[in-house]
Amino acid sequence: MTAQSPFIEIHSVSRVFNGGNGVHDLSIDIPRGSFVVLLGPSGCGKSTTLRLIAGLETADQGTIRIDGKDVTNTPPSKRGLSMVFQSYALFPHLSVAENIIFGLKVRKTDKSEIKTRLAEALSVTGLDGCEDRKPSELSGGQRQRVALARAIVAGHPLCLMDEPLSNLDAKLRHAVRKDIRDLQQRLGITVVYVTHDQTEAMSMADIVILMKDGRIEQAGDPAELYLQPATAFAAGFVGSPPMALLPATALPNDVLPNGIPPKGLTFGIRPEDLKLSTDPASEAWGIAATVTGSEFLGAETFVYVSIAGTDGATARLPGRVHISPGTEVSLSWAGVAAHWFDRETGLRHAQATTDIAANAPSQTTEFQTSPSTVSTL
Amino acid sequence: MPASAPFFFNAFQFFGLQDVPTMNEMAQLQKRRLALYGWMLAAPALALMSLFAFYPAIATLWHSLFSRGTSRRPSVFAGLDNYGDLFADPTFWTVASNNLIYAGITIPVSIFFALAMALWANAHIPARSFVRSAYFTPTILPMIAAANLWLFFYTPDLGVIDQITGFFGAEPTNWLGQPETALASIIIVTIWKESGFFMIFYLAALQTIPPDLREAAHIEGAGRWTYTRRILLPLLMPTTIFVFVNAMINSVKLIDHLFILTKGGPNNASKLILYWIWEMAFAYFDSPHAAAMTILVLLTLGIVAVIQFRLVEKRTHYR
Repeated sequence: MTAQSPFIEIHSVSRVFNGGNGVHDLSIDIPRGSFVVLLGPSGCGKSTTLRLIAGLETADQGTIRIDGKDVTNTPPSKRGLSMVFQSYALFPHLSVAENIIFGLKVRKTDKSEIKTRLAEALSVTGLDGCEDRKPSELSGGQRQRVALARAIVAGHPLCLMDEPLSNLDAKLRHAVRKDIRDLQQRLGITVVYVTHDQTEAMSMADIVILMKDGRIEQAGDPAELYLQPATAFAAGFVGSPPMALLPATALPNDVLPNGIPPKGLTFGIRPEDLKLSTDPASEAWGIAATVTGSEFLGAETFVYVSIAGTDGATARLPGRVHISPGTEVSLSWAGVAAHWFDRETGLRHAQATTDIAANAPSQTTEFQTSPSTVSTL
Repeated sequence: MPASAPFFFNAFQFFGLQDVPTMNEMAQLQKRRLALYGWMLAAPALALMSLFAFYPAIATLWHSLFSRGTSRRPSVFAGLDNYGDLFADPTFWTVASNNLIYAGITIPVSIFFALAMALWANAHIPARSFVRSAYFTPTILPMIAAANLWLFFYTPDLGVIDQITGFFGAEPTNWLGQPETALASIIIVTIWKESGFFMIFYLAALQTIPPDLREAAHIEGAGRWTYTRRILLPLLMPTTIFVFVNAMINSVKLIDHLFILTKGGPNNASKLILYWIWEMAFAYFDSPHAAAMTILVLLTLGIVAVIQFRLVEKRTHYR
């Protein structure tokens, strides 16, 4: 088989609104059958991108192709896709069954086929027995499943989802996340999913497209985004708690990369890569910090520290760690765990290495084996 | 403490809380106070309604059962004679059928125009607020002023309408002066006056419908007409009922323009029930028959209201 052409091709599309938001010169290729998450803060253009694919917005410039066909100016109904809205957009006066088969009825599908498809969609989403109820008589989770059932009942190969989980409580969200992912894989459909929640993106996506100000900040699989953030913004957005970003000038000289003046650098470190030590003598080097607080989360403890000349950092330590605010600690890390970004452009300095990193194993192996952090407390 | 209490474990006492009876008294006091507040809030409306609606209705009913009193013959109890007289009067049947035609045309047509104007004024069109206020203008005019305006429109030969029809070569028509066109002319004025008012309700209702529903329907393949028929109209049903009830009440109570335009003529061709009642009571001073007619109207409106609430409400989706 030859190289498959992408299922959705967005080629240098722009859509600008009066307020200044929108997307600018955006190009995305989405492979068939993949689960793609558009991730970013509010106003970054992720929803606009989704609406452009859906046909609810029309591109000012550029072309959009779905399954090889140019759909740039095609109305939504002719694009062969379905969509799950953040509000679910269920028709409040119609029963669950009527909601699900609305599109089939509009398209004048055969009656007996509607019946089989409805039964199938109901059983797939676990809504059997609810078909005669009105949306107002359902719980939030059930409404969400009705929206999903409506999206899959027509058998469209593409499903768009606009923050479908943001109205659910945390526990349900976790379960539905898995259900959606399973459903996508079972049906083999392509899903484009918009969210501002990086946990959702990391746990569900084949490909995460991180957006900012209407442009793509970084696109790749979740591990790539986490391990090799392309920019300081990506580093700060992905991961919870986020990567600490410190000006390199606040660091001691011997941990800085060679040949680049520290003034133009930002240093990034993941919370799990930070080592805390209360005994300065036990470490060869370390930066001085003061504990400002800690949060015990069961399996791990977050320790918040302030560092002179910076916004502070977070260390993620396994298990329960007793450390009182005000304690003076020394922070250190394995050299390869450090991320370096240009201070002006925010771009990653891929080549930056430090002296202390010289003996460490290569970065990827390091990350894939185990977290590099060991609590010394 | 009540006598039976010592046999049982008293949780309130055990936890050092207040005695049970004291708590109950407090709760009862609060309940009584809440009931009192309720009555206090309802009292002004109740007093006014009793004074100006309930009492007059009962007094009218009572009055309709007595004969017309003169200085020579005092009024006596007449039973249902007044009602019998009404049914025997051919004017009654003319007026009733006039009012039926009037209601049967003004209600659906003004609802249709209100909805159409609301849909248009709610769309993203240029000068939207101008369109909205233009549609609303007839509502803020007093009916008397509007009727005078239309009097000029309907003037034979000189009025706007005859100017326009004359341009196409038609003969001048005395729109208000001949039995064939008088009622229709009245109906048009009423529709013109009412549609803008009802449009406001539809506009408000349209704005509560989330735009997501339209987008979802479009993605599901519904065109504009399917969306309107299957989503929009059912969701506007509560508003339609409200507007329908209002239009129905107006079709009985709105007679101001009759005084200016036709005075019910010619030959009762444009006479409506309320105008007839007014005529009987204050032009011919026949208050018992006017009272009987009023009771008939109240009865009819009451029955229609019950039917509406029973039948239509069941099929309506309220959010």
